[in-house]
Amino acid sequence: MEFSTSPYLLKDTSVRRVMTQVLLALVPGIIAYVLLIGPGILAQLAIATLTALAAEAAMLRLRDKPLALFLGDGSAVVTAWLVALTFPPVAPWWLTVVGVLFAIIIAKHLYGGLGQNPFNPAMIAFAVCIVSFPALMSQWPGAGSHLAPGQQFDWIFGLTPRLDGMTSATPLDALKTALRADEGHSGPLPFLAGNAQAVIALCYLAGGLFLVWRKVITWHIPTAFLGAMGLLAGLLWLWQPAGFANPVFHLLGGGAMLGAFFIATDPVSGATTPRGKLIFAAGVGLLAYIIRVFGGYPDGIAFAVLIMNICVPLIDMTTQPKVFGMKDQ
Amino acid sequence: MGLMQLFKFKGGVKPATNKAQSVTLPIAKAPLPSVVAVPLHQSIGGTPRPLVQVGDKVLKGQMIGEADGWISAAVHAPTSGTVREVGMYAAAHPSGLLTDCVVIEPDGEDRWIERQRVDYKALPPEQVRELLRDMGVVGLGGAVFPSHAKTQASRSVPMEELVINGAECEPYITCDDLLMRERAAEVVKGIAIFRDLLQPKKVLIGIEDNKPEAAAAMAEAVKAAGEDFQVVSVPTLYPAGGAKQLIRVLTGKEVPANKRSTDMGVQCFNVATAYTAWRALGHGEPVISRLVTLTGNVAEPRNYEVLIGTPMDELLAIAGPKPDTDGIIMGGPMMGFLVPEAKAPVVKATNCLIAHSPALFPPKAPEMPCIRCGACAQACPHELQPFQMYWFARAKNFGKTQEYNIFDCIECGCCSFVCPSRIPLVQYFRFAKSEIWARERDKKAADGAKTRFEFKQHRDEREKQEKAEKLAKAAAAQAAKKAAEAAAAAASEGAPAEVAAPAAPLATGPGDTPAGPAAAPLSPEEAAAAAKKAAIEAAMARAKALRTQTQPQNTDNLTPAQQQEVADIEARRARLREIAKTELVHADAPPAATAPAAPAAPADNSDTSEK
Repeated sequence: MEFSTSPYLLKDTSVRRVMTQVLLALVPGIIAYVLLIGPGILAQLAIATLTALAAEAAMLRLRDKPLALFLGDGSAVVTAWLVALTFPPVAPWWLTVVGVLFAIIIAKHLYGGLGQNPFNPAMIAFAVCIVSFPALMSQWPGAGSHLAPGQQFDWIFGLTPRLDGMTSATPLDALKTALRADEGHSGPLPFLAGNAQAVIALCYLAGGLFLVWRKVITWHIPTAFLGAMGLLAGLLWLWQPAGFANPVFHLLGGGAMLGAFFIATDPVSGATTPRGKLIFAAGVGLLAYIIRVFGGYPDGIAFAVLIMNICVPLIDMTTQPKVFGMKDQ
Repeated sequence: MGLMQLFKFKGGVKPATNKAQSVTLPIAKAPLPSVVAVPLHQSIGGTPRPLVQVGDKVLKGQMIGEADGWISAAVHAPTSGTVREVGMYAAAHPSGLLTDCVVIEPDGEDRWIERQRVDYKALPPEQVRELLRDMGVVGLGGAVFPSHAKTQASRSVPMEELVINGAECEPYITCDDLLMRERAAEVVKGIAIFRDLLQPKKVLIGIEDNKPEAAAAMAEAVKAAGEDFQVVSVPTLYPAGGAKQLIRVLTGKEVPANKRSTDMGVQCFNVATAYTAWRALGHGEPVISRLVTLTGNVAEPRNYEVLIGTPMDELLAIAGPKPDTDGIIMGGPMMGFLVPEAKAPVVKATNCLIAHSPALFPPKAPEMPCIRCGACAQACPHELQPFQMYWFARAKNFGKTQEYNIFDCIECGCCSFVCPSRIPLVQYFRFAKSEIWARERDKKAADGAKTRFEFKQHRDEREKQEKAEKLAKAAAAQAAKKAAEAAAAAASEGAPAEVAAPAAPLATGPGDTPAGPAAAPLSPEEAAAAAKKAAIEAAMARAKALRTQTQPQNTDNLTPAQQQEVADIEARRARLREIAKTELVHADAPPAATAPAAPAAPADNSDTSEK
């Protein structure tokens, strides 16, 4: 009998199971995505998944790690899906491939693989691609006007030339442009009602709550993220309703929900202590708002997450909880 | 059952309890074994001195090992027979090392010594404590801390609560459950002994709510005895039976690692310990047997009254281990260990033997990297950050593991239980702890050698200095004497001084004492020079001594933050030394490395307040 030590009883759990639950929690959002924006995202998910698994396998082989064990852990697939879901659904296939390769090879394996990456791989992919290919990363299917399913696939695989008129900026981008042009806006924001992104965001919220219920994540990060972003957005909106969008728009727009429940909650690159999670996520929420409102990019989640990733060691070190019996000492 | 406010401890896990199998049958008496091997060291603290020799006839209950010091407990012959061996024998310890044992061949008569009941209430408390020690009463929850040493209230803090641990939170184990069901009256009498010694304001008996029969039996026995003990059902949540957790649940108090529970006005004993205390005083029976749950991969799981020293394989055979049994776990599956030697004897800490099989306890999945999911931190009942400690233990950065409070870890196994990466976290922590203990020992030895060396150096320097000073003094004295003599001579002779005078300028320069006789063997100038030389030597010696004292070390020129860190580490060390000194557990129970006779508390509802 092999040498082993207690405990001999172990909970029925694994990294694979954790990752599978994360993937499962993304499904409602994906379904809404397909229904409201089109099936192009399915092609993106497939491209990203295959690329991620191939890159993961190649890197594991290079690093002389057990292939079956790590390939099956599901972490690469989670990264792949997050890349696909944050990229425009009509991005050319090679853009998604580049993003995923960057995430898996450079952001993950060059730092030591599973559990070792200091930065969120999917956000690295996003940041690299939006800096390198800003135009392609900003082309979203026109709000309200569906790009026909076939057309989405054509675009992804480069079968037909991309027509600028058929895409538009994201609502966030559109709002920013409008505000910059000093057009102002009044009344409820036109993008919210019936807006596809808001519905998808609500589906992500549902998936995220499932993760909290399953204890895959704790409440701290989503609450602090959305709370901080909502608070800042609310204060500015109350101060100048014509100059700033309302907090609901911000929380349901862009990548806020996906970021709060699926991206900032990446345990490897995020803070881990309860207080640390609150600080980390509040930082992400605030920075994301500042970047998306005052910065030059359509959304700020990726940069906000990466900046806060840098602060994680400091945050964790300074927020160590008091241990049993030492609370009043 | 008392309706009282309960408190919660953070963390905890809910493994399948697997207790139902072994509670269907009443307690049975295990047959007399073919041989009994009684380890001398069966408690925390000093190893008892053997009182018997090979060939001696012993009676059941006869003391065969005498307590060594106050933190120690006697051991006794479990049955009558002949001493066959006093020496090294397989031990009930994960290390597989041998331990000093008295091996007795039973004569089959099982003949008792003369047993004497004691009216303990008529005795001074000090004498009662000595009796408990000499009867071998130790914590039977698994920590085997000598019970008498826990029956002294703190001088400054009044005893408020006496907590009696009947929680039995470890899966599979049911010996305390059956004890309470069948022998509640005697458990209550034992609790009364501890109550009388400690004089607490109230007595709380905590039993997990998955043992309603035991709780009912205890409540009835308390009532029948006319006592005011409260029987309290506590939620089933592993490790609710850890002494600190149970104290927390029942009283709301958190006993930190650097304090004794009595310093917070609370003390904790296991129900089985109370039972043996009563058997010892009320029946004159020392601790020579205990209840052991035989369960796991066996045909008939059941609780047995077992003589200490019974070989485990012989005992487990009674329950009929199934053919695929490939090992024996002593204690529960959460904190127990696989017995390396199947003939190792049952000891006072043996509350359960689980027949191990691959089907029952499947081989662990391969270890994956930590993904910092924090599940371990959420499960830790001591609110530690196991994944951080793991990180540092793995890097052998033991100072950091201490900074993250590794010595607050009770090795309950909750972190390993929940880890999705299947990292054997507790194993890393045991490793780190034993490495730190080894280093502390090395450091202590090195510090001793350093002190001795420095003292010798200091002494040598001092002697040299003294010698130089003495020489200088002597030279100066001689010079002064010569000068005085010369002066006296000059004064008394008058003219002859003038005769001598012309010679003086030849030898001495201007400014010298005019009376200085040039021909003197040691002129004042020479004396002065010698004195000066000696003074310089002395000064050099002092400077050298100073230099050795302030030799640049890598701890010099630190920033205030680094100095603070060093001070913190020193403070932690001091704290650890304090713990080691006062509690003796850490110093005496390093797993595997040493002291095989002190099993490292493998059980659940252990009286772990000493830990």
